[in-house]
Amino acid sequence: MRISVDAGRCIGSGMCVLTAGEVFDQSEDDGKVVVLRPEPPAESWEAVRRAVDLCPSAALKALA
Amino acid sequence: MSESLHTLTTMPAERRRGCPFDPPAELIEAREHGPISRYVFPDGHQGWLVSGYDLVRAVLADPRFSSRKELMIHHPTIDYSGIEVPPAPPGEFLLMDEPRHGRYRKPLVGKFTVRRMRQLTERVEQITAEHLDAMEKAGPPVDLVTAFAKPIPAIVICELLGVPYEDRGRFQEQIDTFLGGEASDEELIAAYVATQNYLAELVAAKRANPTDDVLSDLMDSDLTDEELRGMALILLSAGFDTTANMLALGTFALLRNPAQLAALRADPTMIDRAVEELLRYLSVAKQFYRVALEDVELGGQTIKAGTMVILSLNTANRDPERFTDPHVLDLNRQEGGHLAFSHGIHQCLGQQLARVEMRVAFPALLNRFPTLRLAVPADEVVLRPESADIYGVKSLPVAWDV
Ligand code: HEM
Ligand code: SF4
Repeated sequence: MRISVDAGRCIGSGMCVLTAGEVFDQSEDDGKVVVLRPEPPAESWEAVRRAVDLCPSAALKALA
Repeated sequence: MSESLHTLTTMPAERRRGCPFDPPAELIEAREHGPISRYVFPDGHQGWLVSGYDLVRAVLADPRFSSRKELMIHHPTIDYSGIEVPPAPPGEFLLMDEPRHGRYRKPLVGKFTVRRMRQLTERVEQITAEHLDAMEKAGPPVDLVTAFAKPIPAIVICELLGVPYEDRGRFQEQIDTFLGGEASDEELIAAYVATQNYLAELVAAKRANPTDDVLSDLMDSDLTDEELRGMALILLSAGFDTTANMLALGTFALLRNPAQLAALRADPTMIDRAVEELLRYLSVAKQFYRVALEDVELGGQTIKAGTMVILSLNTANRDPERFTDPHVLDLNRQEGGHLAFSHGIHQCLGQQLARVEMRVAFPALLNRFPTLRLAVPADEVVLRPESADIYGVKSLPVAWDV
């Protein structure tokens, strides 16, 4: 799995951090998403998919 | 399709007796007919009520639906025919679209991240403990709204923004007037003037003497004092009234669901899920509005440009097509994705703060008072009217064994 982010869309809701904190973080400056693990391990895939679905601004994609 | 289209001509004024946690029966019925209904506004405007989960979420995520205040010229319960609605004042970004909205939201986002809010946990625990101490000292019965639910989030948001604690009472009263849904026009105007005066003093004071808080940090930007007043207003009103209602109504709901309450007491690790479920089940921020900027196809209907759409978050969060047994409070529910904080670019800026507050405050209350109970019969608990923007209890008398 590979994660792609459209940072321009991110509104800094933190939903991804809340849902898959081992994969996503937020920048200290502007609150936007920071991907810690662009190729997350298999045990995180389910949480990542949930985060992609929950993102309020459709800023995340997970390419399987 | 249009033959079977369900039509509503008024907003329900109250909930079914004995069901203080459920959306009004008329709205649940509307959703049963289908996710979108016609809504005829009192001024004759033919708008829409969207009550199903998928469609509500779709509208919230769709930039063809606007939040701009000046487009919301139809009121759902009052005929203001021909009224001119001015655009949202500078800084009040809840009722703006991009790019105006982003100018104000962007500089705030870094201050409300998951990490920053979690760092407040200890301070929230302290504030909570102080209020529990005071409750214990006062002895039962106590009104949980004034002793606990209101002051905790109010102190937290005041500290975050750098609002002096002494000013809190002055401001809280005005916010109650705005959001309580029962004030006369004169009262609303008086509250508005008092609030504007207060915010002007506050911003001027920060400009003169910056301290270590969110409002002072914003002084370094190109935001004008007028814009900062608007931003402070949005943050304070959102921070004062929403979490407070979740805490009080949430406690009421827990006390009315003793098996769920017992499960939560037995397994404190449930709290994160329990908070999400209370958010879904109670949906205190119950409805919002959008206006179509162009013709949009939605759920088999054409929403014409300029038409107002009422988004019913509370029925969306009770949609059986999305949530199993939606009318049951199930603190262990695994289905995420509730819309209690909305969706799209306006999704709640303070949601991570609200989560921290609730994750701390509910368990602390339950631990301190293992025998917590209502001090009046449940049907005597006084609820806010449906006209209030944020739903909740007006007071919640509670008692415990001493
Ligand atoms: C449980 C408590 C809360 C609930 C249920 C709640 C709910 C909501 C909802 C539904 C919206 C979106 C409205 C829309 O889509 O038009 C919103 C926006 C907002 N909330 Fe909250 N909120 C809560 C707590 C807070 C707190 C504590 C703050 C304090 C910082 C806050 C600040 C805001 C702001 C600034 C916005 C506007 C965001 C924007 O327009 O981009 N909220 N809230
Ligand atoms: S969930 Fe989406 S909008 Fe929220 S921080 Fe993550 S990427 Fe940004």
